[in-house]
Amino acid sequence: MEQQKVYYFDNNATTRVAPEVVDAMVPFLREYWGNPSSAYAFGAQVHGHVEQAREKVATLIGADPREILFTSCGTESNNSALQSALVTTGKRHVVTTKVEHSANINFGEHLEKQGFEVTYLPVESDGSLDLHVLEQSIRPDTAIVSVMYANNETGVIFPIEEVAAICRSKGVLSHTDAVQVPGKLPIQVKSLGVDFLSLSAHKLHAPKGIGMLYVKRRTRYSPYVIGGHQERGRRGGTESVANIVAFGRAAELAMATLEDENTRVRALRDRLESWILTHIPNTIRNGAREPRLPNTANIAFDFVEAEAVLMLLDQVGICASSGSACTTGSLDPSHVLSAMGVVPMRARGSVRFSLGIYNTSEDVDYLLQHLPRIIQRLRDISPLNPEHPDNDRYDIEAARRKHEEEMASVKE
Amino acid sequence: MSDTYTLYNPTVMDHFMNPRNMGDLKDADGVGEVGAAACGDIMKISLKIREGRIEDARFKTFGCGSAIASSSMATELIKGRTIEEALNFTNQEVVQALGGLPPVKIHCSVLAEEALKAALEDYVKRHPEHAQVAAGAEPVTA
Repeated sequence: MEQQKVYYFDNNATTRVAPEVVDAMVPFLREYWGNPSSAYAFGAQVHGHVEQAREKVATLIGADPREILFTSCGTESNNSALQSALVTTGKRHVVTTKVEHSANINFGEHLEKQGFEVTYLPVESDGSLDLHVLEQSIRPDTAIVSVMYANNETGVIFPIEEVAAICRSKGVLSHTDAVQVPGKLPIQVKSLGVDFLSLSAHKLHAPKGIGMLYVKRRTRYSPYVIGGHQERGRRGGTESVANIVAFGRAAELAMATLEDENTRVRALRDRLESWILTHIPNTIRNGAREPRLPNTANIAFDFVEAEAVLMLLDQVGICASSGSACTTGSLDPSHVLSAMGVVPMRARGSVRFSLGIYNTSEDVDYLLQHLPRIIQRLRDISPLNPEHPDNDRYDIEAARRKHEEEMASVKE
Repeated sequence: MSDTYTLYNPTVMDHFMNPRNMGDLKDADGVGEVGAAACGDIMKISLKIREGRIEDARFKTFGCGSAIASSSMATELIKGRTIEEALNFTNQEVVQALGGLPPVKIHCSVLAEEALKAALEDYVKRHPEHAQVAAGAEPVTA
């Protein structure tokens, strides 16, 4: 594969594997490839490295190593937490939000098909959650409340400590999908007070295919992947040793880069965002300015469609994304922006830029050098403009009505 | 980087990157603007018609890459056609000329057909003397 310089602004999708992480994991592919469950030393010696990695990941979130369960990915962690809560409590109801990652929304729909009930909490126009509404949604038959720590599309941070406190007061389990958070905010599970917390290693400069579920001590747990005795009987399947070691190393690095992410990367994000909002007309930030992840900017470019923007950015080697529409093969605008009440035209023109520790000031310069021309080019092609009667309230029905009215007026 | 964008073939990419006939026609004889129920794209086609034949066509599109490519290709295909021929135009022609579209993007070509039909309807309504043409009769010379 030929690789030309990539200007990567999609760190909420996945991250570059850190060279230090590659170095840490390679010996477990080349030399120490034994099975940690084996009786002989060649296998058993890797067991110690798995446990060291567990300690490092535990330190990242302020947990005890025995509370850390390695999984295959964030999705498995999330599914496992919800499934366990339903099994151990025998209750039938789950509370979550309308802005969770689509993997979790889909799991909720899967549960509904199986006869469980799921409440999807609405959000405010700035993407924030009304805790009063959350509290009211908890019922006697509620097993668990699952609220993401930070939204992957907007970066908006949710008050998980308060969510967990409400859950405790109601005797309900709590889970948070924290995959976007490590390395960007300090995580302390003890002060958060949640029963379950999910992480995904590839969001913090480790490879794909490895995740983690924190299960609070004394919180009952029912395994999701049934198999051998691995993970103290809580998750069957031979340990993905090299990936686990990588995760451990990445956890160490994430703690070390926390400051860089919150100072330098935050400043890059702020410069990128404020430059766009001041220099490109008809742009608006989606979601609250604060509290927000330091690396994420979600910006609506009115009158253009995001996939076309992304394709033109791609032409000059810039990677960004949209939670929306055609890019993912789905035709609906982002469910997150829709839940925030963003009008369809604006949601379809929204682009997410998510930065990371490898981004430089030159990367931002390069992006800002190309972006205005790309937006202008697509606006020249677009029939929408500030004067267009349908613009920010654009919907299909309005277009049809307008078309019919025009036809009618011509007739007269 | 274009070869790494596997969603679209080179013809689609060409019409997206270098759209033909983009813009508005100042004194258009027929204008159609339609929205796609499937995704919210919006497409506007303007026609210049002389002696029952499409002399010029322009488009404007709010939508994804394949919507822009579909409208570009549609305007290329219909130039020079009679109103009658244009009324028989289908999205399949656009898909074929583009060398295929991903299944999820077929509706983009449908939208191009609808925009063209809307522009032709507009023309016919503005020029009732051509109503027979639309109904399939021989062109009437004014």
